Amino acid sequence: MHELSIAMSLVQIADEAARKAEATKVTVLFVRIGALSSVAPDALRFSFDLAAAGTLVEGARLEIEELPVRVFCEPCGVESDLPNPQLFCCPICQQPTGRLVQGRELELTSLEAI
Amino acid sequence: MSESPRLIDVRQNVLSKNDQLAQGLRARFDAAGLCVLNLLSSPGAGKTRLLEETLRRLGERYKVAALVGDLATDNDARRLARSGARVRQIETGGLCHLEADLIASHLEGWDLAGFDFLFIENVGNLVCPTSYDLGEHGRVVLMAVTEGEDKPLKYPGTFQWANLVLISKLDMAEAAEFDAAAARASIQSVHPDATIIATSARTGAGMGEWLAWLEALRAA
Repeated sequence: MHELSIAMSLVQIADEAARKAEATKVTVLFVRIGALSSVAPDALRFSFDLAAAGTLVEGARLEIEELPVRVFCEPCGVESDLPNPQLFCCPICQQPTGRLVQGRELELTSLEAI
Repeated sequence: MSESPRLIDVRQNVLSKNDQLAQGLRARFDAAGLCVLNLLSSPGAGKTRLLEETLRRLGERYKVAALVGDLATDNDARRLARSGARVRQIETGGLCHLEADLIASHLEGWDLAGFDFLFIENVGNLVCPTSYDLGEHGRVVLMAVTEGEDKPLKYPGTFQWANLVLISKLDMAEAAEFDAAAARASIQSVHPDATIIATSARTGAGMGEWLAWLEALRAA
């Protein structure tokens, strides 16, 4: 359970970005979380309200986009999303591939603010 | 008068502060010619026992040091210090993982150029530590033969993150009815290119291969 630490970093970055843009209140945070990021979206939502108290982010909505694991298969020359992160193999040719292209993201993409 | 909402572009890694600190640490380690390892496992997989034996053997040829993370107590640091290596405990006070700023603050007063290897024993936890770069060169995940062969499937993000998966407590394999082929298949399922070494700190099995891996990493 390190989601509270993550939520605090998230709030701090959002609060700073909002102040820099001379916004007075953040209404939505758009966040991308990869399936291998070790962050549970529900736990992050729970921690987020606690972390946001007393900042420009207080009361804002957290919009989480969950990103599947995406790998590159050399023989096929194709990037594909994995149906489950327990099996790293190309969904087309079924050969194992360890070339991760997406899945560890933990990113604040943008804010909606007034 | 109410203003309409506007979109502010951020595109920032949520842990960018930690990542920046970690990059700074890595630059310091590189400048000092120091090879740094981040060791991870569930509680009780044998990190400290492996480290004890590693520090003792590697200490015959290299200058070695260790930082040991635990929620509480300095038992592990005292145990490891018996190997003759420089050891410091990081008591996280309940925090479930180590962060780059904790590493930086616990290196104060150490002349990094005086060491060849630094081992960071992370808090026993297979989830949270993988989010935090500590400036290491190698990420090692331990999995004891007593833990169940399918552990990698339960923690894919962790095993995929590893540069080396180290199977520990090999001397207990028979008692635990450990299926080595099944364990390898699980590891390779989430990390097809994983390097895997099976060890026993007690009997010394696999220790030579592990030390050779460390030396190759340092030379890289």
